[in-house]
Amino acid sequence: MEYILLIISAIFVNNVVLAQFLGVCPFLGVSNKVNTAIGMSGAVTFVMVLATMVTYLIHVYVLIPMGIAFMQTITFILVIAALVQMVEIILKKISQPLYQSLGIFLPLITTNCAVLGVAILVIKKNYNLAEGIVYGAATAIGFGLALVILAGIREQLDLANVPSGMKGVPISLVTAGILALAFMGFAGLV
Amino acid sequence: MNQMQNFTKGFLKENPILVLVLGTCPTLATTSSAVNGLGMGMATTFVLIGSNVVIALMKNIIPDKVRIPAFIVVIATFVTIVDLVMQAYVPALYVTLGIFIPLIVVNCIVLGRAEAYASKNTVWSSFVDGAGMGIGFTLALGVLGAVREILGGGSIFGFKFIEGDAILVFILAPGAFIALGYMIAVVNRINKKA
Repeated sequence: MEYILLIISAIFVNNVVLAQFLGVCPFLGVSNKVNTAIGMSGAVTFVMVLATMVTYLIHVYVLIPMGIAFMQTITFILVIAALVQMVEIILKKISQPLYQSLGIFLPLITTNCAVLGVAILVIKKNYNLAEGIVYGAATAIGFGLALVILAGIREQLDLANVPSGMKGVPISLVTAGILALAFMGFAGLV
Repeated sequence: MNQMQNFTKGFLKENPILVLVLGTCPTLATTSSAVNGLGMGMATTFVLIGSNVVIALMKNIIPDKVRIPAFIVVIATFVTIVDLVMQAYVPALYVTLGIFIPLIVVNCIVLGRAEAYASKNTVWSSFVDGAGMGIGFTLALGVLGAVREILGGGSIFGFKFIEGDAILVFILAPGAFIALGYMIAVVNRINKKA
């Protein structure tokens, strides 16, 4: 039950993009088409779960025993960068089709603040390993949901007659704002 | 380009947020009031200047193949310094900005300037570039924070001038997206005319 609440809260109530403002750059950058949005969400889910797990273990078994918890930021970003690189190499060797669909998004994920953000939040909120992994996965699903919805809207928006000054980023931001307004409706859920 | 142009280009013409649309996460998350926006802007400016200078100093030592990880280590070092200093001296602001202080490390502006500018230019012009970009970032954050505070809370820098509630949604998440959207549209217009 506790886990179900955690999942619902991370996907809908505290949606990572629309309520916590993490990962807004890729949210605006790759939401032109639904297909690319789905590919990106897949890659983010994969990396986020893996990164949460690895950074949690490093924090508990390396940083804390050595008394260097203040090195958290440096360690985490390097671990995530290394992890992304490794996933890319492994995917290329093991599964060519999967690499074709996710590969191009992987380098972008290093600078996706949602990945580092979730890793830090898991430590801040004192989750245990299982909760951390569930939280990471649910957050990634929430990211994917917001991304795919916005991509769907933007595909329709291409056909609309938008004033020239509002074309591109501004209209996407206003759309995202209205989407965030809709997601606020979930607030009383948990 | 002389140093003066180099310094002022980040204010409006190449404003990191409003024109280049980099670093949107902290922009949206920390601008619920003018003071928060300015605080975040100053923290980022410090990191920008510090990392730009150090990277410009070390550009001949760092091998080309590992330059990105090396840049990230330099940036993360400055972020850690800011994190610890703010925790010690401005604890209230530190709590409000929360997770977004360590997240300066993945702010695309910082890495972007390191890669696009500091790794190719002299120490002094990298310093000027970092300062200019940082001030542009701070300005945009301050203005966005002020707009949201005025519309959403009926106050500015904490001084209330409207009794009761204003348009509350501008303090909340949706208002951040909408306000930034219109702000970018306005700046697009200004830059097109100039």
